[in-house]
Amino acid sequence: MDWTIVSFLAADAVQSGTIYALLALSLVLVFAVTRVILVPLGELLVFAPLTYVFFLPSGVSGLELHGQIPGTAWLSSFLLLVWAVLDRANPSRVARLVVLALLVLGLAWVGARGVAPWLGWILAVLVVLPIGPASYRLFFQPAQNASVLTYLIIAVGLHFAYQGLGLVFFGPEQYRLPPILSGQTNLGMVPINNQAFLVYGFALLTMLGLYLFFTRSLYGKALRACAVNRYGARLLGISPAQAGYVAFGIATLIVTVSGMLLAPLISPAYFQGFLFGLKGFVAGILGGLVSYPLAVLGALAVGGFEQWAGYVSSPFKDALVFALLLPVLLWRSLRSHEIGEEE
Amino acid sequence: MKGIAVGILALGLGLGLAQQAPLKIGVVVSATGPGASLGIPERNTLLLLEDQVNKRGGLAGRPVQFIIMDDASDTTQAVRAARKLIQEDQVLAIIGTTTTPATLAMIDPIAEAGVPNISLAANREIVAPMDDKRKWIFKTPQTEEQMSQPIVQDMKANNVKNVAYIGFNDAYGEGWAKAFEAAAKEAGLNVVASERFSRTDTSVTGQILRILSKNPDAVLIGGSGTAPVLPQRTLKERGYKGLIYQTHGVANPDFLRVGGDAVIGTRLPAGPILVFDQLPSGFPTKRVDQSYVQQYEAKYGIGSYSTFGGHAYDAWAILSAALERTLKKEQPTNLQAFRSTLRDEIEATKGVVGTHGIFNMSPQDHLGLKFNEAAVMVEVVKTPSGKLGWKLIRTFQ
Repeated sequence: MDWTIVSFLAADAVQSGTIYALLALSLVLVFAVTRVILVPLGELLVFAPLTYVFFLPSGVSGLELHGQIPGTAWLSSFLLLVWAVLDRANPSRVARLVVLALLVLGLAWVGARGVAPWLGWILAVLVVLPIGPASYRLFFQPAQNASVLTYLIIAVGLHFAYQGLGLVFFGPEQYRLPPILSGQTNLGMVPINNQAFLVYGFALLTMLGLYLFFTRSLYGKALRACAVNRYGARLLGISPAQAGYVAFGIATLIVTVSGMLLAPLISPAYFQGFLFGLKGFVAGILGGLVSYPLAVLGALAVGGFEQWAGYVSSPFKDALVFALLLPVLLWRSLRSHEIGEEE
Repeated sequence: MKGIAVGILALGLGLGLAQQAPLKIGVVVSATGPGASLGIPERNTLLLLEDQVNKRGGLAGRPVQFIIMDDASDTTQAVRAARKLIQEDQVLAIIGTTTTPATLAMIDPIAEAGVPNISLAANREIVAPMDDKRKWIFKTPQTEEQMSQPIVQDMKANNVKNVAYIGFNDAYGEGWAKAFEAAAKEAGLNVVASERFSRTDTSVTGQILRILSKNPDAVLIGGSGTAPVLPQRTLKERGYKGLIYQTHGVANPDFLRVGGDAVIGTRLPAGPILVFDQLPSGFPTKRVDQSYVQQYEAKYGIGSYSTFGGHAYDAWAILSAALERTLKKEQPTNLQAFRSTLRDEIEATKGVVGTHGIFNMSPQDHLGLKFNEAAVMVEVVKTPSGKLGWKLIRTFQ
C-alpha cells in the first residue's frame, strides 16, 4: 500500500464520506427535534434521481417511457391527500394540501412531457420533497409521545414500504444519469470527477446553512428549543408538531438534493439508498446522534474505513464497517446519559 | 397469476370433456421478484409453446396443458408450488424453477413424489453429484464450468498470462470464482487476484486498486444484471488498458444501457442464441434459434427475445420428445408408472437440438450440453447507428 494507492483511496473516501455526512446531518437533525431515527432517508436519497429519469429525453436515459408519470409523484400526492383527510377539521389547510397534491401531479405531468434538463432536475426535487413532511404527519405524529423504540419500529417499517414501492416504481435495474459537470480535474495525480465538487460544495453550503439557521433564525432557535426540552418549548408557545414538519422538510431537502448531485456518479437503483442511510446512521452514532460536527467527522471516518476495508479484505467490507459500530456503542453506553429517554 | 392458472385449468377441463384428457405439465417460474427478468421470458415462451402444440393437435392426439405457478423468486413459495402441482394437479412432469436456490429446495419434494423435473437454473449443483434424489432432476442452462471454458480459451488466444477476478460476494460470484479459477489453473493461467464486491456497492475503488497493483493482462468480472458495470467503469477510469471479460449474466440490454461507452470492448461468453443472426450458416443451433426468435417476436414484439426464454424452449423440446416416446409405452392414467417411464425417457435424450446447444443426456449427465456448441464469445461494440450491440467474435466448434 503505497502513496498513490492511499491518495486514490482517500479521494474516494472523501466522496462517499461527504454523502454519509449529509445523511448523518439529516438524521441528527430529525432525531434531535422529533426523537425519530429516520431510517427511510436512504430511500428518499434515490427517489429523486430515479424520478428525474422519467423527465429526461429518451435519448439521454436510454428508455422509452412515453410520458409516463413516475410512481413517486402518485405516492407524494397520495400522502398529501391522506394528510388533508387527517386534518379535515382545518378547512384552509385542507385546501392548501389538496392544491399541493394536484400541483405535484401537475409538475410530474409537465416533467414527463419533456422539459429542459435543468427544469426537470428541479421538478424531480419538488415532486419528491413532500414525501418527507407528509410521512411525519401520517406515520409519526399520530404516535406522539411514543418511545424512541416505537418510533424506530415505525421508521424501519416505513423503510421496507418505501423500498418495496421503489422496486414497483422503478424496477430492479440501475439507471444512468447525465452529470451537470462532466470531465475530471487532476489534484496532484488523483483525478476527481467534476461532479464530485458539486457534492462537496453542497455539503459545505448545508453545514453553513444549518449553522446560520440554528444560531440566527427564530425558527432554528425554536427547533433547538424543541430538541433540548419539548415541554419547556411548548410552554413558550412552540408547537412540537410544527417543529417536526420543519425538521422532516429540511432533512428531506438535504437528502434529495444530495441524491440528485450524487446520482451521476453511482448509477442509482431502488436498493442503493438503504446502505447509504445505514452508513450515515453509523456516522451519526459515532457523534452520539446529538453533535453535528462529530457526525460529520464520523461520516468521513466511515468513508475512509470503508475504502481501507475494501482494499484489504473486500469480501468483508460491509461487515467491517458495521462492526465499527460495536466498540463505539460499547464506549458510549458506558458513559451514556440516557439520551432520548427523558420527558 | 393464480387467476391465469385457474383460467387455464378451466379451459383445459372444457377441452378435456370434448376430447381426451389433457397432458398436465407443471411449470414454476419467477415471474416476479429479483428473478423476474429471467422468469418472464421463460413464462412467455412456455405460453407460446402451449399455444402452438395445441394448434397442431397436441402430442399424440392429446392436448397439452401447462399449469404455470409464480414462485416470486422465493424458495419457500417454490417448494409450495411444487407440492401443489404434484399432489393437487397430479402433473406428469415439472419445468422450473428460474433460480438456483429455489430449484435446490424443490429437489426434496420432487424426488419424494417421483416426478421428473427439468430446471431452468444455472448452477451445476442442481444435477451433480448424481444421487438417488437428483436422478429425477434435469436442467437446460449452461453451468459456470462450461461458460468458463470459452473465457479461458479466448484468454489463451489473446496471450493472457496473468488474470484477476472480481465477483459478487454471493452464490453467483462464488460459483464463478470456483469454476473460473479451476479452469484457469488447468490452462496454465495465473490468477493473481480474487476480489469481491456487493450488488449494492457504489464504490469499488479499493478492490480495483488492489487488482491494478498486480498488473493483470485481463480481468474477469463475475456478476449479473447491471451491477457489474461499476467495476468495469472504475477500471476504465483508473486507466486500465488490458482485456475486460464479463459473464453471460450481463447478456441483457439493461447492461448496455447503464454501461454506455464504458463497456465497449467487453468480451463475454453467451449461449449462441444471443447472436443468432451472426452465427456461421453451419452452426448446429442456428435454424432453431432463428425460428424461435421469429415466433417469440411475432407474439411479444421486436427486440423482446432474451437468452433466458431459450432455456424454457429447450426444456420443452426435451420433454415433448420424451413424452411422445413414453405415450407409446404407458398410459397417463397409470400416473406413477408414467412418471417413472418419462424420467427414463428424458435420461435417454439424444441429439435434441435446442436454442442453446445439442442435448445428449446420460445417467451421469443430466444436462447433456457440450460447451463447443453451447457457448460462443461475443464482444460489445458500437453499431454504425451509434447504439451498442453484441458482436460474435469466436465459436468453439
